[in-house]
Amino acid sequence: MVAALAGVVPLVDALAAQATAGPLLVGFPFESQYVASIIYVSLYVSVFAVCLSTLVSVPVALLVGFTDFPGKRLVKAAINTGMGFPSVVVGLVVLFAVSNQGPLGELDLVFTKEAMIVSQFVLATPPITGIALAAVTSVQADVRDAAFALGGTRLDVALAVVKEARYGIATAVLAGFGRAISEVGSVLIVGGNIAGTDGVSKTRTLTTAVQLEARQGRYETALVLGAVLVALVLVVNAVVVRLGDSGVGGGGLR
Amino acid sequence: MGIQRRELLAALGTGAATGLAGCSSVLGSDEGEPVVAGETLTLTTTTSTYDTGLLDALNAPFEDMYGVTVDSVAQGTGQALETARNGDSDVIMVHARSLEDEFMRNGHGVNRRDLMFNDFVVVGPSADPAGIEGMESAADAFATIADAEAQFVSRGDSSGTHTKELAIWSEAGVEPGGDWYQETGQGMGAVLNIANEQGGYTLADRGTFLSQQSEVGLTILVQGPIEGGPELLSNPYGILAANPARHEDANYDLAMAYIGYVTSPRGQQVIEDYTANGEQLFYPRALSEDPDFQQYVPEGWSADESKE
Repeated sequence: MVAALAGVVPLVDALAAQATAGPLLVGFPFESQYVASIIYVSLYVSVFAVCLSTLVSVPVALLVGFTDFPGKRLVKAAINTGMGFPSVVVGLVVLFAVSNQGPLGELDLVFTKEAMIVSQFVLATPPITGIALAAVTSVQADVRDAAFALGGTRLDVALAVVKEARYGIATAVLAGFGRAISEVGSVLIVGGNIAGTDGVSKTRTLTTAVQLEARQGRYETALVLGAVLVALVLVVNAVVVRLGDSGVGGGGLR
Repeated sequence: MGIQRRELLAALGTGAATGLAGCSSVLGSDEGEPVVAGETLTLTTTTSTYDTGLLDALNAPFEDMYGVTVDSVAQGTGQALETARNGDSDVIMVHARSLEDEFMRNGHGVNRRDLMFNDFVVVGPSADPAGIEGMESAADAFATIADAEAQFVSRGDSSGTHTKELAIWSEAGVEPGGDWYQETGQGMGAVLNIANEQGGYTLADRGTFLSQQSEVGLTILVQGPIEGGPELLSNPYGILAANPARHEDANYDLAMAYIGYVTSPRGQQVIEDYTANGEQLFYPRALSEDPDFQQYVPEGWSADESKE
């Protein structure tokens, strides 16, 4: 898995470079400010949600991976089920929660980026937890034993495991990010696809902008926005994989 | 990761502050500055007003005038009213009088005004396999389509257009169904594309049809009242405010300011002047020298009813 991921890096880099510099932007049918603000909202919501998910998922994965407790299989089953949550259902549930009459109604979150972050968090957390769990449980027991034998605290052991499993965890984060940024059902419901009269997006993401264009039968412009989305995902993948390489001691496993 | 936590706290703080601001600023501040500026009005509306671009033209002057932001959420009439019913919308601009009336009768909406109108047209392939071209009655045309079992593409999404379509079927005495009748659950633009690809008929609002006419090969077979067609095909838009007694958080002041603006000579002029592809899409209807009390109450409502 590690070798496969490492092999993908140059390809991803090349595609990303082509996507950003290539001929896609020729004859662009939108105001650049409009598209920039949509990209900003897409990234802001997805990155924020995925960071939150990661903060929750990795400790949960470590906990579930290395401790035994009653109901562990149930927890694993719940995580795996969560990976398949239909996004529209999550959107509806989050809408009920943040709606004025819902339990979080006081916060006035409906049709805001924050509500979109909540729904993306719910969607991204199960896949990140599930894949991270697979990654940390695949770390050899002797790595843990060695870290422990060297006088490490539980935190040191956990960090050693995370370091060993970093590629798997990066994959988990990317899977969560991919789910969040390409998702349209829930952000449309809780965000409302709002853009101001000045053409600046408030809660419009690339996916809901594609939906809006398609709804009006403007399939060509929808495709252009779709291409921007694909390019964006490629760039983020490249960046994350790069960070994973350089961030932890020069890719010793390669 | 510490930075992200801080950002989260900052975001949550901002969210909470905005929420509180929304609640308190209407009631006034001690600072003597205008308190409306900076507020946000949430408008739920139909896809037709949004997709034609009318709302951007209509809202920009209002935003400048009051220093506020209008968040327009394009949903379709049924969903727009449901959003308001949940207390998540301040003002609603829709086009299905029966649904608006129900909304008002249930106490969720107040101060309804007639806003503007255009009309529906029955469109289909120019070959016109069912032979409805030029019919004087929309109901007859629908009955003919049903008899011929020609493809008909329905919105099927509780939108204003769908509500009107069902009213016409009921007028025609036909219960639509079968292989020839497709409920798509999609927006007007998508439905026009589907009808185009399948050589089917559909009911479209004139505005959306005109803005897409160049891209689809469909033609108007039964005209609406703007071009002398039957009154049944008229498409009146209404605007109403969420009832502040039901929904405490509703920004009622600003909602009424908005309704005041769009029904004012200035707002009506914007509607009158708005064109797409050189065609006027909406016709203002709010201004009249003569009284028109029916616009404030559910259709058929009379003063006797309130005494019961």
